[in-house]
Amino acid sequence: MIVGERKTFEQIWDSIKDLKSVLVLGCGTCVAVCQAGGEKEVGLLAAELRMKSQLAGVTIKIGEATIERQCDREFFDAIKDKAKEYEAILSMACGAGVQYCAEVLEPMRSIPALDTRFIGVTEAQGNWAERCRACGNCVLADYGGICPMTICAKSLVNGPCGGSKNGKCEASQEKDCAWVLIYNRLKKQNRLVDLNKVLTVKDYSKQTHPGRYINEVYLKPRMEEKSAQ
Amino acid sequence: MPNSKLKQAFESKKFVVTAEAGPLKGTDITELELVAKLLKDKVDAVNVTDQQSSVMRLGSLAVSHLLVGWGIEPIYQVTCRDRNRIALQSDLLSAAVLGIQNVLSLTGDLPSSGDHPQAKPVYDLDSVSLLSVIQGLNEGKDMMGNPLVGKTDFFAGAVVNPGADTEAAYELQILKMEKKIAAGAKYFQTQAIYDPGLFEKFMKRAEQYKVPVLAGVIPLKSAGMAKFMNKNVAGVNVPQDMIDKISQAEDKTKTGLEMCSDLIKQLKPLCQGVHIMAIGWEKKVPQIIEAAGL
Ligand code: SF4
Ligand code: SF4
Repeated sequence: MIVGERKTFEQIWDSIKDLKSVLVLGCGTCVAVCQAGGEKEVGLLAAELRMKSQLAGVTIKIGEATIERQCDREFFDAIKDKAKEYEAILSMACGAGVQYCAEVLEPMRSIPALDTRFIGVTEAQGNWAERCRACGNCVLADYGGICPMTICAKSLVNGPCGGSKNGKCEASQEKDCAWVLIYNRLKKQNRLVDLNKVLTVKDYSKQTHPGRYINEVYLKPRMEEKSAQ
Repeated sequence: MPNSKLKQAFESKKFVVTAEAGPLKGTDITELELVAKLLKDKVDAVNVTDQQSSVMRLGSLAVSHLLVGWGIEPIYQVTCRDRNRIALQSDLLSAAVLGIQNVLSLTGDLPSSGDHPQAKPVYDLDSVSLLSVIQGLNEGKDMMGNPLVGKTDFFAGAVVNPGADTEAAYELQILKMEKKIAAGAKYFQTQAIYDPGLFEKFMKRAEQYKVPVLAGVIPLKSAGMAKFMNKNVAGVNVPQDMIDKISQAEDKTKTGLEMCSDLIKQLKPLCQGVHIMAIGWEKKVPQIIEAAGL
């Protein structure tokens, strides 16, 4: 999932305090799971904002809504009319969702309430950790299912640096050294020989931005449709 | 262009001695020149560190070139932290035309440990792939296989950390050493060694590769320094008796230097040379060498 972290209340307040009305819009998928921008968090933030505006002696109309996903156009239909009653959207989605709000609801302003952190997993309650940086060329099969691009602080693909200490990373004693993890996993799998694989050179050409992926299956009928017109 | 003097030194089977010169932050090279000239003819080559500890300073390419001009054999250290493959290859070509013949390939510390922690870490290449790039440049082609007009003739080295603390870290060091040799490393220098016994074990393992190894040594200045390294520097393990000795010493400088020379004497039969990292004591390196009987 995409893991997001709510901005501080002061940051959020600062970004909306001069508005007359704002719709706090949650996203029911990734950021709901990581408890940053789902329906529950929308309720909380809206309540906090109402309280603050009262204390500050300003009148801001604060609405609440949550849609299934802010990264799919169709889900916006449910709130399109409601949105018209507000000056801006305070989006609690990831950065992709915030941008889609601005695009689908143009020319309404869309303001982010979260900082989008990474693609990750839930390691424990309230504890999320990055696992993938979407490099576009997944090499996990060769590394015991541990991503050297993400888990290694230097994204090293040909073995560790010399900085690993007590199994931890040079970057911090809080972080495991990816290469020690890779070694131990491959050992358990009896696949240590895989480490001898020939030299790898990273290919960053797949990481040009903005990325786009078009599934051919969908492309074909669309083209046929066009040529039939 | 004549062959690398460092390469010749290894070939002559003499016990090789290298030292280190860390460029300073700024453009004043007075101190650098002083140190370099003190080391001249005392060591076989001088490493020029590349933004050591991720602290921004004068570049290793320029300083290596200055050393050439002063008649000192430089080892141009290149890390993968700050430059992508285009810049690295270009700098290597520049080094070749500036008369630099030895390159040491390193991964490089993370920017977070230096004085510009907000910097973007690059690591487009790593210490292994950089070696293979150097090998390619020596063969007259860039890493895409495009031909070069005029090729390099680098003598490439790499580093290894024999003190890696866990089984995984140790085995991975050996594995990476093998990869570095396959990618063109012609010699190794190690992280600072304090325990000749541990080093001997490592050398037993590394012997099979028939690649010369320079044992890294750092003279101890105080017990605090030893404890700091034990706690913070991966692979460095100063034994307690050495810590006690330096902490009890009246003249710590004298004792520190003596301990370093003694250590070199113990390491000498085990390897092909030493790399002295004096960390501020560069001017005392000739003293260490003399006392070690080199
Ligand atoms: S190699 Fe790592 S970053 Fe790349 S796609 Fe796979 S998990 Fe993601
Ligand atoms: S210590 Fe391990 S995880 Fe950290 S940068 Fe080095 S190899 Fe990567």
